[in-house]
Amino acid sequence: MRKFKEFLIEKLILICGLASIFFVVLIFLFLLKEGLAVFKSVSPAKFLLGSKWYPISEPPQLGILPLIMGSLLVTLGAAVISIPIGVASAIYIAEVAPAKLKEILKAGIELLAAIPSVVLGFIGMVTLVPWVKTIFHLPTGLTALSGSIMLAFMAMPTIVSIAEDALYSIPKSYKEGALALGATRWQAIWRVMLPAASSGILAAVMLGLGRVIGETMAVMMITGNAAVLPHSILQPVRTLTATIAAEMGEAVVGSEHYFALFAIGIVLFIISFAINVTADIFLHKRKW
Amino acid sequence: MMKKFYTILTILLVSISVFATPGKNVVQIKGSDTMVNVGQAWAEKYMEVNPQDFISVTGGGSGTGLSALISGTCDIAMSSRNIKAKEIELAGKKGIKPFEIKVALDGLAVVVNPKNPVSKLTTAQLAGIFTGKITNWKQVGGPDSKIVILSREVNSGTHVYFKEHILRRNDPNSTEEFAGSALMLSSSQAIADEVAGNSDAIGYYGMGYISNKQKAISIAKDPNSEFVSPTIENVISGKYPISRPLLLYTNGQPLGLVKKFVDFALSKEGQEIVKKTDFVPVVK
Repeated sequence: MRKFKEFLIEKLILICGLASIFFVVLIFLFLLKEGLAVFKSVSPAKFLLGSKWYPISEPPQLGILPLIMGSLLVTLGAAVISIPIGVASAIYIAEVAPAKLKEILKAGIELLAAIPSVVLGFIGMVTLVPWVKTIFHLPTGLTALSGSIMLAFMAMPTIVSIAEDALYSIPKSYKEGALALGATRWQAIWRVMLPAASSGILAAVMLGLGRVIGETMAVMMITGNAAVLPHSILQPVRTLTATIAAEMGEAVVGSEHYFALFAIGIVLFIISFAINVTADIFLHKRKW
Repeated sequence: MMKKFYTILTILLVSISVFATPGKNVVQIKGSDTMVNVGQAWAEKYMEVNPQDFISVTGGGSGTGLSALISGTCDIAMSSRNIKAKEIELAGKKGIKPFEIKVALDGLAVVVNPKNPVSKLTTAQLAGIFTGKITNWKQVGGPDSKIVILSREVNSGTHVYFKEHILRRNDPNSTEEFAGSALMLSSSQAIADEVAGNSDAIGYYGMGYISNKQKAISIAKDPNSEFVSPTIENVISGKYPISRPLLLYTNGQPLGLVKKFVDFALSKEGQEIVKKTDFVPVVK
């Protein structure tokens, strides 16, 4: 009886484990099936490099280059803001902060991760957007920069908590050795701890960026969604995710527009898959 | 303990059966965000009179409603644009014959910030602004500043109507498009908010959304005709150049409960509700 129970639980867990892989494969197959159909009417090169996105015109113009650039620009902006701040605060929490403050800071960062993105988007829309408009003297504050700042807030918790983990898991002897050799605290952190934790920190950055590129609601609310090739970060952009979210409701099932949205899904899937694999490689390189 | 369990079970079963039974008396209505308010108001009033029926109204955009009608997941689609040939064809394949009923009119207001001195535009100027040929307010008699174009997303019937009737001037062969730099906002309210806070912005939406934080532009069909402001009287008389029909689509001639609801919408009471939600009645 006991053995049977054991057996049952074991298999149940096995099924759960396999199910998640099975679902990912199913999702990907479905994406491919629906998305590849768009290439019957538009060539892959034209789809990826076309600069006009007018999906409901007759005939539709389905070039997603502005959308890809929009997503990359917002992500890059968020990276520039969130990586230095995120890594610095991870160092502070792991190495410098006194124990009590450390707990408070960690709790605060977890709280930041718990804010739903639509709430961040809304806050961004009513506070950040008018600021960006007046500070940079722009015709509108709905720009890639506003999106980047808001997304940096979203990437920060991931970056801080994973980077802090990486720093924490470095053997104490590294730091003690450095200090014993006469290094200052800063030298020990900068020259010994950071290089030792570098793969973990890179993984943290990658996972943070993975979250940014897949984010939809907040960017849709504050980046203006204009499908133009951006020349600067102070321009409105339209991201891949926002396009899918905004247009899926309208797309006539079985139309080119509908297939094109699934093809955008494939592009997004490939981008975030690449980011996650990179993060994984860095994480597994970390062996002491 | 056991007793408690049974009580919970009973409550669950009862609530499931309550939600499951209205089966035959349910009408699902879906579509245009512009029409959600009026649809909701009709449904409430209708259910007051006929408490045995249940009408559910959801938005999502005209296209969403029509594709739901085509896939058979709603009984009535609300739409602020005419059904497209492609959609009729798709519906035909699934054995659905969309039937069109005009239930109200909507004047589309073009709005700017009250600080903007521009208050009159011709439809040609509007087309120039929204296609990106006119980029500075001084070209239409305003201050020297860049025009910020606000538009609804492509899932909006308002977007499609404005493109076909203003940008393309009702010419089916025209290929004019919204300027690439136009900001696509996801709701009429978002446009209203941005216009209220941005003195360079211009946007459009149903008259119902005008408040004192925005200024509605008076519009003339051509430079020689009179500039008309978007009011209910001007829409009824046909003087205001940008008004569109609000439509319901059913599968074939409406029958039974669907017919009862459509008749209610077209009744005196129903059209009174149309007026109250800032649209223009079609039946007097």
